[in-house]
Amino acid sequence: MTVGILGTKLGMTQIFDEAGRSVPITVVQAGPCPITQIKTPQTDGYTAIQVAYGEVREKNLSRPERGHLNKSQTPPMRHLREFRLEDASAYQLGQTITVDIFSPGQLVDVHGTSIGRGFAGYQKRHNFKRGPMAHGSKNHRLPGSTGAGTTPGRVFPGKRMAGRMGNAAVTIRKLQVVRVDAERNLILIKGALPGKPGALVSITPAKVVGRK
Amino acid sequence: MNAQDIIRSIEAEHMKADLPVIHVGDRVRVGVKIQEGGKERVQPYEGDVIAMRNTGINRTITVRRVFQGVGVERVFLLHSPRIDSIKVIQRGKVRRAKLYYLRNLMGKASRIKARFDRSL
Repeated sequence: MTVGILGTKLGMTQIFDEAGRSVPITVVQAGPCPITQIKTPQTDGYTAIQVAYGEVREKNLSRPERGHLNKSQTPPMRHLREFRLEDASAYQLGQTITVDIFSPGQLVDVHGTSIGRGFAGYQKRHNFKRGPMAHGSKNHRLPGSTGAGTTPGRVFPGKRMAGRMGNAAVTIRKLQVVRVDAERNLILIKGALPGKPGALVSITPAKVVGRK
Repeated sequence: MNAQDIIRSIEAEHMKADLPVIHVGDRVRVGVKIQEGGKERVQPYEGDVIAMRNTGINRTITVRRVFQGVGVERVFLLHSPRIDSIKVIQRGKVRRAKLYYLRNLMGKASRIKARFDRSL
């Protein structure tokens, strides 16, 4: 229930910390995200702010999209996302959210779309073991049994099988912010993020689950 | 600035500008900073460079030496702040980029011939 920021994953590299250890980092260019709409219980039934990210040319947006952004005097932007809040009174229309909301050492959750792997087999998708590759074996990457015989006479729902893998919404939790560069709108986050370079990611302060 | 330029500029802040030119086959002396009971000192390590990886900030050399009849290989991350100094002692004449064959050689056969046409 806190405000985050939208950004573009730029790629990974490593830097050195004070102790001389090498730290793997992902570089994210995030924001500035103007607030395009404030949702209130009176009008929408819940409280949230909607932010925009990713400048595009005006002709790339439809007229309804442009009309919506014009209400908050926002330049044409590609992506709109909502962040739900308890109380949105601190935010006004047209206000921008920048990387300043994060500080080094803070834990964040990063939400994005994982790399699509197409139609993947049992080994890649569900980490099944493979069969013997030699000694006359013809069972190399087959699934094995999918269940009992005449009873129940069907394959149970949820049986792990080959199919589309990746390209799904993924949240990676509790990643550490290593550095924030407000001048260039960059955040350096320790570890890997979902998606390829160029992917849209949403960064929010880490959600605390359970007792504090 | 595109993504690669931004990443390169971040790496540049952590890279050393004064690394010597190192070739595979060279004998080098590497000063490694180590923590010992709250105190920091520099431990020298000397040996032959048998492999090198030139990948920007992740540039490493593998240094091999035979110590008390046991071969020891250490991989050094050249841009790491824990590497205090690197000094090339002798240039070596080799015909491979990776000298892994030295692992199978002993004594006299495992020496690398010095070359003098490259400056130290």
